[in-house]
Formats: sequence, C-alpha cells, structure tokens
Amino acid sequence: MVELFAETPRTKSIAFELDRWPGHRAGQHVDVRLTAEDGYQAQRSYSIASAPEDELVVLTVERLDDGEVSPYLVDEMRPGDTLELRGPVGGYFVWESDRGGPLLLVAGGSGVAPLHSILRHHQAIGSSVPVRLLYSARSLADVIYLPELRRAAAEGAVDVRYTLTRERPEGWQGYGRRIDEEILADVAWSPGERPLVYVCGPSAFVETAANALVDLGHEPGRILTERFGATGG
Amino acid sequence: MTALDGNAIAGTLAAVFGREMTTAIGTCASCGRRSLVGELAVYVRGPGTVVRCRHCAGLVMVIVAAHGVGCVDLQGLEALEPEP
Repeated sequence: MVELFAETPRTKSIAFELDRWPGHRAGQHVDVRLTAEDGYQAQRSYSIASAPEDELVVLTVERLDDGEVSPYLVDEMRPGDTLELRGPVGGYFVWESDRGGPLLLVAGGSGVAPLHSILRHHQAIGSSVPVRLLYSARSLADVIYLPELRRAAAEGAVDVRYTLTRERPEGWQGYGRRIDEEILADVAWSPGERPLVYVCGPSAFVETAANALVDLGHEPGRILTERFGATGG
Repeated sequence: MTALDGNAIAGTLAAVFGREMTTAIGTCASCGRRSLVGELAVYVRGPGTVVRCRHCAGLVMVIVAAHGVGCVDLQGLEALEPEP
C-alpha cells in the first residue's frame, strides 16, 4: 500500500503498487483476502476505482461496522503494509470504447467506485461518447469523489446529477429521494437513443433502478448491473 | 435474503476455470433460458454459495470450499459456454 485518502467519514481510497499486475479494464474488481494469525481467512470483493491508465491501483472501501475485512482496510492499514489480492476479475461489468454509448452510469453509495474507473478511463482516452452519472447518496458529505466530480462536471466532461436521500443542504437543487422511475426518466436518454447503462450499488438499489429502466422501455441487454451488500463487508 | 450477482463469484470461477467466466453463457437446466453468468442470482451467506437462474429461480450452481478444496457443482446447468 502506497497511500490512503479519506473520501468521506466512512470511506477511504487506498492506493496500491502491485507486483506482476497485468493491468485491468474499467469496471473490474479484485478479491481481497485477509488471513489471521490462527489461519482464519476472510475474503471480499472490491471494485477497482482507478482507471487502467492510472499509475496506482486504487480501491475505495466503505467501512462496515460489523464487517470482517473493511474495518481493517479502512482503520488499520498503513502505507508500506501489504495485502493479498486476486485479480483483476470480471469481464461483464466492463466499459471500453468499443462498447460505445451514450453512457449512463447509475451509482448507489459506494457503488460509484467502478463507475469512477469507467469515468476516468473515458476521460483518459478522450472518448467522445456522451456520459451521464446519476449518483444516489445519503447526504452531500457521503458523496465520494465530490471535488473531482464537480471539477469534471465544470469542465463539461460528464453530466452529474445527484439525489440525496436523507439530508440535503439548504437550497438544494438536485433530487431528494430514493431513486425511482421518474428520476430515471428525467436523467436517462430516451430508450430510442439506446443508452448503455451501468448500475452499481446495494442489491435493492440495483433492482429498483434496473426494473425502472426496463419499465421505461430500455433494452434489458443494455443494462449491466453489479450488486453488493449483505456479505458482511 | 437479497441476491448478489455473478460478479461476486468472478474470482472463484476464474480460479477454477482458468479464465474469465462472467461473460460466459449458462443455460438453465430447469427453464432452458440462457443468461450471462454475470447476471445470475448469487447467494453468498450460506455455508456454500448458491447460484440461481433469475428467470425461474432454478438452482444452477453450488460452490463450496472446504479443507482448501474448492468444489463447483454445475448440475443445474444444461450448458456453460465461455465467451468465444
């Protein structure tokens, strides 16, 4: 591990320099395995948040209080520590320029991590594919990568829309509820424009978003999903 | 219990099959529907990992690791075709 950066009170981005790393594709993940002194092992999957073009491999990890792996990664790890990783894995939830667009990224909480990789990759290759990010978080303080997303939006690189489900700053202009069909109809391109959609978040969030998109008339085959949750982090 | 999806077993399947498997297509032995492995419903909280068809909820895979040996039971699949 090379460096650690606090993204929100519960989430850190952890950057690694990896030996024998074959490189990854935007959207892939790694399996992290921890082994205790008595030999007990715990393994969890974490999406890679950095782009293939970035120098370091970055995992953005949300600390789950009852988790077996995330509290160690977020609270205990220090630069210079090493970790057992397997990967990169996954070829389904991957975006590369030949997959085209327009590209709609839908994030629930820390599900933004692989979408961040896709966004950075999109920028790194100078892609002209239009891209939008719809990001659902509890509050503005829970929005991961906020300064970077604001910068990218200001530069016109990506159109970012937020929905804050619990707490909103005064005068908040964005959405203020859990994701639903109406929000998706507003934000997504029309089904006729055939957006390619990547949805990542907790299981219930992904179900809601994917079902709403299908109900709106989007092609199921162009809605790619990645669910996390209920595994003890 | 909420299901994850085939992405959650990408690492395990890659270790067993020696290649990326979330883009492989599995045919459910119960209903005959073809799905990308990445889209299958995956339940990870039990003693083993249970994988079900999203269309008919038929059991398609069971993955168990014990004493350092990994076992993948594919009896619920009529076919499993890796991406060409």
